[in-house]
Amino acid sequence: MSVQEKVDAKGGATENNDRNVLSKVFGGSVGRNLGLVIALALLVVVGAVTAGDRFTNVDNFLTIVRYASVIGVISIGITFVIIAGGIDLSVGSVMGLSTVVASLTAVQAAATQSSWLLMVVVALAVGALAGLINGIVIAYGKVVSFMATLAMLVGARGLAELFSERRTLIVSNRDFLAFFRSDLLGVPILIWMFAVVAVLGWFLLNRTTFGRRTVAIGGNMEAARLAGVKVNRHLVWLYVLSGATAGIAAVMMMGRTTVGTSTHGLLYELDAIAAVVVGGTLLVGGRGTIVGTIFGVLIFSTLTNVFTQNNLSTSVQAVVKGVIIVIAVLLQQRFAARPGGRGGRSKKRNTTPQLDSAAQQQSA
Amino acid sequence: MINVDHGTPLLEVRGLTKSFAGVQALRGVDLEIRPGEVHCVLGQNGAGKSTLIKTLAGAHRPDTGEIVWRGETVTLDHPTEALALGIATMYQELDVVDGLSVAENIFLGHEQATAGVYHRRSANRTARELMTRLGHASIAPTREVGSLSPANKQIVSMARALSHDIRLIIMDEPSAVLDSEEVKNLFRVVRELTAQGIAVVYISHRLEEIREIGDRITVLKDGASVASGLEVADTPTHELIRLMTGRSVENVFPASPGVPSGADVVLEVNDLSLPGVFSDVSFQVRAGEIVGLAGLVGSGRSEILETVYGARKADGGTVRVAGKTLPRASVTAAVEAGIGLSPEERKSQGLLLDEPIYRNVTLSSFQRFAKLSVLDERRERALAREQIDALELRPADPDRRTGTLSGGNQQKIMLARWLVHGTKVLLLDEPTRGVDVGARAEIYALIRRLADAGTAIVVVSSEIEEVLGLADRVLVVAEGSVLATVDADAITEHGVLDLVMKGSAA
Repeated sequence: MSVQEKVDAKGGATENNDRNVLSKVFGGSVGRNLGLVIALALLVVVGAVTAGDRFTNVDNFLTIVRYASVIGVISIGITFVIIAGGIDLSVGSVMGLSTVVASLTAVQAAATQSSWLLMVVVALAVGALAGLINGIVIAYGKVVSFMATLAMLVGARGLAELFSERRTLIVSNRDFLAFFRSDLLGVPILIWMFAVVAVLGWFLLNRTTFGRRTVAIGGNMEAARLAGVKVNRHLVWLYVLSGATAGIAAVMMMGRTTVGTSTHGLLYELDAIAAVVVGGTLLVGGRGTIVGTIFGVLIFSTLTNVFTQNNLSTSVQAVVKGVIIVIAVLLQQRFAARPGGRGGRSKKRNTTPQLDSAAQQQSA
Repeated sequence: MINVDHGTPLLEVRGLTKSFAGVQALRGVDLEIRPGEVHCVLGQNGAGKSTLIKTLAGAHRPDTGEIVWRGETVTLDHPTEALALGIATMYQELDVVDGLSVAENIFLGHEQATAGVYHRRSANRTARELMTRLGHASIAPTREVGSLSPANKQIVSMARALSHDIRLIIMDEPSAVLDSEEVKNLFRVVRELTAQGIAVVYISHRLEEIREIGDRITVLKDGASVASGLEVADTPTHELIRLMTGRSVENVFPASPGVPSGADVVLEVNDLSLPGVFSDVSFQVRAGEIVGLAGLVGSGRSEILETVYGARKADGGTVRVAGKTLPRASVTAAVEAGIGLSPEERKSQGLLLDEPIYRNVTLSSFQRFAKLSVLDERRERALAREQIDALELRPADPDRRTGTLSGGNQQKIMLARWLVHGTKVLLLDEPTRGVDVGARAEIYALIRRLADAGTAIVVVSSEIEEVLGLADRVLVVAEGSVLATVDADAITEHGVLDLVMKGSAA
């Protein structure tokens, strides 16, 4: 019982303890993500040693982050869904569908008449609408999120093929391309977008009632419901949020590739989930951080870059990715078990090790 | 009464200590178990009962101390070693697999098989014998365990223990999930086991049960045995409470000052029905009044509370709070109208165990403190701290993770939640389940204080004595209908049971 009596040295000092600045930094999300910082630093060292100047220059770092930005935006949306105990498998397809719809000839023509922002609005609306459907089916139809979003994954991809007639749609709107290919203060606009989404996501999760409800639902849905939280309505909003971030990712992707196609975003859902989980968010819900997710995304994109710089095949890359995911989750379980890690599971681990290791693996 | 060989105890534990990460969970436990006895281990939450059990089960290794099994010193490094010696443990959380059959559960981990092919026939036969031995021949070995009641799952768990050749069975609060009828059956089974020479270590909060079933008692306090091997028959209850708490608890139930005659009716329930569960339930609760629902498990008492709260959809009838009719099946509307529920299963229905105390305290009201959806955590913490002080919640740290608190303190968090929210009507389902004896008196006093401050309260408990002790007025419920409404001082536990029996017969 009293296993956890020990003072919460790290985990207790969450976002907002009134301690000094130092402990705030190290006890906060950065401290809890120390393992991720180390992993990323190691990758950078490996990159610098193996690829030298080709790796360690500002342009390459910007490339890494730019590469991370599309998947990063999706991952931030999906982080909310996973913290709430759900899953969204449809984000990749929904992103593909959004790129197709936003680059349809009719939409592009209308955008030329009015403003390139129309394409952005259309992409966001498509994503949010797909999320809305997911949310309604899950919250009110009581379909498990895995199945509901798996159906959307298949359906949205098919719809994208139908709309595009399996052709690649060229984005010809000059203003649109000009904006998404521009730089601000020497940093590509895609990175800025990722940063803005990340900051907004962090704020939403940690400082707003929306975030509190998300964590409460993931921690104990029944308790949240009986406390008066409008669980169903919130679930719908969560999937709308996730869909909308897929829409944002869609315009970023169109900007980067200058095309809309039904093959955009293929398997992105898995990359995003991997990044979120590596970032320390529990698949069973109730606990997770935006900062962790950002690290997860950066780790994978740095890895890709290091491999590319060394001319290694994508197959080797895939194998290493798999290994990293397993190691990350294994390490997390070790560290989450420390007193002070805010984990309910950690307490149970200490008292009933043999029973709980199974539950841990399920959650991983 | 005890008619066994006193010469060699079955199990002797001497000076057992165990610490986790610097926290001393056991600081010297002595325990002696004789063959064929029911040995009760008593202690408040956090006294070290669970750690002791797990040490005996081989799940924890003690730091120091000695475990002597039938005259020989043993070390138990793994649960299978304890089982091999003949020590089986039934944990509080039933460890049966819902998707498997009764027989498959019983032989889980020691399946009889040839080259991996499972001997279904002989397993079923043995399972049937075991279930018959436990007085449950009617449960077929092929039945899926998920379809059984908690009481019957417990029987399966016990059958699993007996499928090993055991001499000692440890039961961790076996009665927690049972109603009084099922407890009787449990006791019958326990007596049969002891008649066969098997010793039982029985853990329970309920002193009356220990009186009924126990032979001897060991009392734990703060990780140490403060009394070992007391004869149940020679030890008065107040002495046990004194040993457990270190103080004597008298007048457990606070006196009711009586409801002022002019008090407003706050909660009005008219002809509320839930098909197949209860029908035409009507009652009123005035400000400052505590109304108790007394009845057996399955009488519909919890469902009545949940339906009033909107967590279940009523088929007919109305619920009015301060004159305003609530929409059906909307918890949110109920909460906004000023009803609060402390649910039966605090951990699974009430609390976010991973979250800090203050977030549980403000779970129903954090939105009110937010400005433009931005949380005001400073205010939330301050309010939580006020409640922590007012309710004497321990530890007094709003940032402490809720899951680490004792049952009594977790119950206080539930009360604090509704206090912060400013609740007019409080529905309490089993307010002292899993709360130890010492903390119960505190919870009772707290409930009374809330009533005195003008809250209308409805209490449901499987302990009729608790309902009678707390309430001003009692509704006797059986099979989904209200049989009688009486003043709490005008009826006894026997009177309630009489009514229930008559109601069931009619």
